[in-house]
Amino acid sequence: MKKAVYQLEALTCPSCIQKIEKSLRKTKGVDTVKVLFHSSKVRVQFEEEAIEAEEIESNISRLGYPVLSTKVS
Amino acid sequence: MLNKINQYKNYLTVVTGALIVLSFFLGQAVWKDAFLIAATVIAGIPIFIKAFQALRMKSFSIELLVTIAVIGALIIGEYVESAVVTFLFLFGGYLEARTLAKTRSSLKKLMELAPQEATVIRDGRQAAVPVEEVEAGDRVIIRSGGKVPVDGKIAAGEASFIEAAITGESKPSFKGEQSSVFSGTILDSGYVEVIAEKVGDDTTFAKIIELVEEAQESKSKTEKFLDRFAQFYTPGVVVLALLVYVITVNLHLAITFLVVACPGALVIGAPVSNVAGIGNGARKGVLIKGGEAVESLAGIDTLVFDKTGTLTKGKPEVTEIKTFLQYSGEELLTLSAQAETISEHHLGKAIVREAENTGLPRAEKVQGEIIKGKGIKAQVNGKEIILGNRSLLQTAGIPVTDAAEAHAEKQERAGNTAIFAVINSEIAGIISIADQIRKEAPEALAALRENGIRRIIMLTGDNRHSAVLVAEQLKIEEVHAELLPQDKVKFIHELQAQGHKVAMAGDGINDAPAIAAADIGLAMGEGGTEISMETADVVLMADKLMQLSHAYSLAKATSRNMKQNTYFAVGTVVILLTGVLMGGIHLASGMFIHEASVLLVILNAMRLIKFAEKKQKKHPQLLPEPA
Repeated sequence: MKKAVYQLEALTCPSCIQKIEKSLRKTKGVDTVKVLFHSSKVRVQFEEEAIEAEEIESNISRLGYPVLSTKVS
Repeated sequence: MLNKINQYKNYLTVVTGALIVLSFFLGQAVWKDAFLIAATVIAGIPIFIKAFQALRMKSFSIELLVTIAVIGALIIGEYVESAVVTFLFLFGGYLEARTLAKTRSSLKKLMELAPQEATVIRDGRQAAVPVEEVEAGDRVIIRSGGKVPVDGKIAAGEASFIEAAITGESKPSFKGEQSSVFSGTILDSGYVEVIAEKVGDDTTFAKIIELVEEAQESKSKTEKFLDRFAQFYTPGVVVLALLVYVITVNLHLAITFLVVACPGALVIGAPVSNVAGIGNGARKGVLIKGGEAVESLAGIDTLVFDKTGTLTKGKPEVTEIKTFLQYSGEELLTLSAQAETISEHHLGKAIVREAENTGLPRAEKVQGEIIKGKGIKAQVNGKEIILGNRSLLQTAGIPVTDAAEAHAEKQERAGNTAIFAVINSEIAGIISIADQIRKEAPEALAALRENGIRRIIMLTGDNRHSAVLVAEQLKIEEVHAELLPQDKVKFIHELQAQGHKVAMAGDGINDAPAIAAADIGLAMGEGGTEISMETADVVLMADKLMQLSHAYSLAKATSRNMKQNTYFAVGTVVILLTGVLMGGIHLASGMFIHEASVLLVILNAMRLIKFAEKKQKKHPQLLPEPA
């Protein structure tokens, strides 16, 4: 189990939270997703055997939210 | 491709605006329409993309509503409307992002204090490395003006530190060898070498940031209600718009209704107030954990304090040194402190600390014995020193003079512990020690009363005598002494049963059950220990009681602000919808009012960033402050 934090561009609409959380939750290997609206971050816990941090990053980008930086721990 | 469009959204907005303005100068209707349609398409693309992306995730977004409305407007030939609506939507979004960033600026400022680089000694050489690469156990060098990159202990050197990031206190504090330093603080002047203990995400500073981030996300009851409301509201509006169409057979009206009814200000109003309020607190050393804590803190009427460590400093200190023989106070303290270095007792430690604070010399080696519950005997510089209570003097066969007895009694009545200092079998002096009341406590309690706390109660495990003494000095009428932790919990439950909203302020560990039982728990953070930060709803990082009063008025202001925003947003939607149905408001003007209302609630919340308690009237100082 690994944890990744993605810093996005400033989020402005609260509906973005649902959009990102819903879609990531359906992604295989992703365990928990939390979007921090005010700090514009996405916190993800995932199984490193099933998915890589970069893959999640590209998923978020494809939703329309460019990722500025990533921190995996 | 999609990201590119998103990136250039601001340019698209400008182009659209220019096209709309230009179209007004064109005489020919064909060209005019062409410009307006071009403007609609250009500004519409990013909106359409967002709508599509959301739809793919099966979520319903405001972009979708706007897209439907714009397509509808194009179909019925209202090109001015379609162009203005798309433009306003993008432009409004831009302004919202800008102003939102301002309300979030408090946290950002805090995060900017996070150090990026550290100078460490590796293989006998100094090297600058990114802060992520520092490991626990590394020896880190910090110079004047540098940021402390880790939590650790000073191994060499001394310096003053500005610890505002951790405690909210802007005055520098001086630290020498063996003192703890915290990441995120700034070395004001001096030079130190620090052994890293906690690095990266484990530092107190990183934990504070994480707590504040989480606090800003955690929703208040009002927010949760609004979220649920929006869930029903949005589909409800669609149904209503359909109804409007069925009844009036007016597509234009139905679409206008759809767009104007979007709950923009409603959804964002409460969260921005909270973010700004919590951010304000965080910068001033008050951690309020979330919107729910803000609301309950604003609603309390009874404040319960623990005595030791909360109203008092929790650390006994030397309050007076009385001498009877030829020794000066300083000589007496030096000798006593040197003798007490063998002691583990907290009163003995208070004497040693006092000597260190005044910069008196330390002893090399002291011979002596500890007499449990009574005091110590020791030899210092060839002198026979005895420090302790009456019963120690009695067993040692030293007579207590009348003058000494009178002074000891007087000090004890004032709440002190009197320690007899005997040098070579004669009483040389009396050292008085007490757990002093925090200097700012009277002022803080007065401010709290002024701000609307009706009842202040003190609970303590301490004896009745010293409890009453503290209460009298602070003008607290209600005191309950000799309580066990479970008694405190029972007491708070009783208050709640009487219908009071109770806040409990304690120093975190022994008061934890009572803090948990209260409607809102306040903890003294003492530089941010993990236990206290986790148990309480509100943490005062610098242990300053004035912060408590700030937290209370801030919570009240924030919750007021949130209500203003909610009422304003609901009012706007009602007026807009009525206006649309009465035919007074069109798509473009409705969009304008809608966007303006969103901006207004954000601007209203921004006032909280600068919120500061009304300055207390300074009482004229008759005596000069001791240097």
